[in-house]
Amino acid sequence: MERIPILKMGDFLLVTIQVDLYDQLAENLETDLVNSVKKYESKGVLIDISSVSIIDSFMGRILGNIGMMSKIMGAESVIVGMQPAVAITLVELGLTLTGVSTALNVEKGMDLLRSKIELSDTQSDDDDDYYDDTE
Amino acid sequence: MMMMTTTTIQNREEFVVVREQDVIPFRNKVKDAAVKIGMGILNQTKLITAASELARNLLKYGGGGMVSIESVNNGRENGIRLVFSDKGPGIADIDLAMRDGYSSGKSLGLGLPGTKRLVNEFNIQSAIGQGTTVTIIKWKNG
Repeated sequence: MERIPILKMGDFLLVTIQVDLYDQLAENLETDLVNSVKKYESKGVLIDISSVSIIDSFMGRILGNIGMMSKIMGAESVIVGMQPAVAITLVELGLTLTGVSTALNVEKGMDLLRSKIELSDTQSDDDDDYYDDTE
Repeated sequence: MMMMTTTTIQNREEFVVVREQDVIPFRNKVKDAAVKIGMGILNQTKLITAASELARNLLKYGGGGMVSIESVNNGRENGIRLVFSDKGPGIADIDLAMRDGYSSGKSLGLGLPGTKRLVNEFNIQSAIGQGTTVTIIKWKNG
């Protein structure tokens, strides 16, 4: 069966999506990623979508699922390399990819992952959000 | 929106979408047609994304169907017209189905209105028990 390769690099997992995902392939990727996070005790997942030319609501849901599943497993995730035309189309379609962290390229994505992990290591409590209460 | 100027068809191809595996080859066919008329990358992306959404609707709600991929001209400009037709249960309330945030299925509920925003012309016709036909046009520079 066709599968998207998942590479382990230190504390991180790297996934480069270079083909159009059809339903079965996308579902396999979700399962494989969650299993790999557990197996390698990964702290972060980086997904490169620079070769993806189309993101429809199905694909958007898969990306959201991956973010949520990683989070539940205790790993941060970042999606990098979105094509400008894809970003414009997503917004017009109404898909906002809430809950998904993004970065411009792999390098910036790695920096973001590292900073997120450092943050979650130093702050174990949940109430790290500060709201100004002045009305 | 409903006012359609005389549109001539220059090329026409039929594509059957009955399984989820048909969606990607279908998208590639749409892309080929868009490239052939010289459509830019942004409009291509919008058209193919809209085509993908409608093809999934065809499978999910219509039980599969036919898509006609046409290169058209309205006298000023070339474009791609896609006609999705199924013989499914039909849509009871089209106005409701076209409302943002509404979905009867498990998806995100931005299918039809979201898709409409991506194209230049969008027409939907449905009869209960007979099926649904969705027609979209994306002009080359639209």
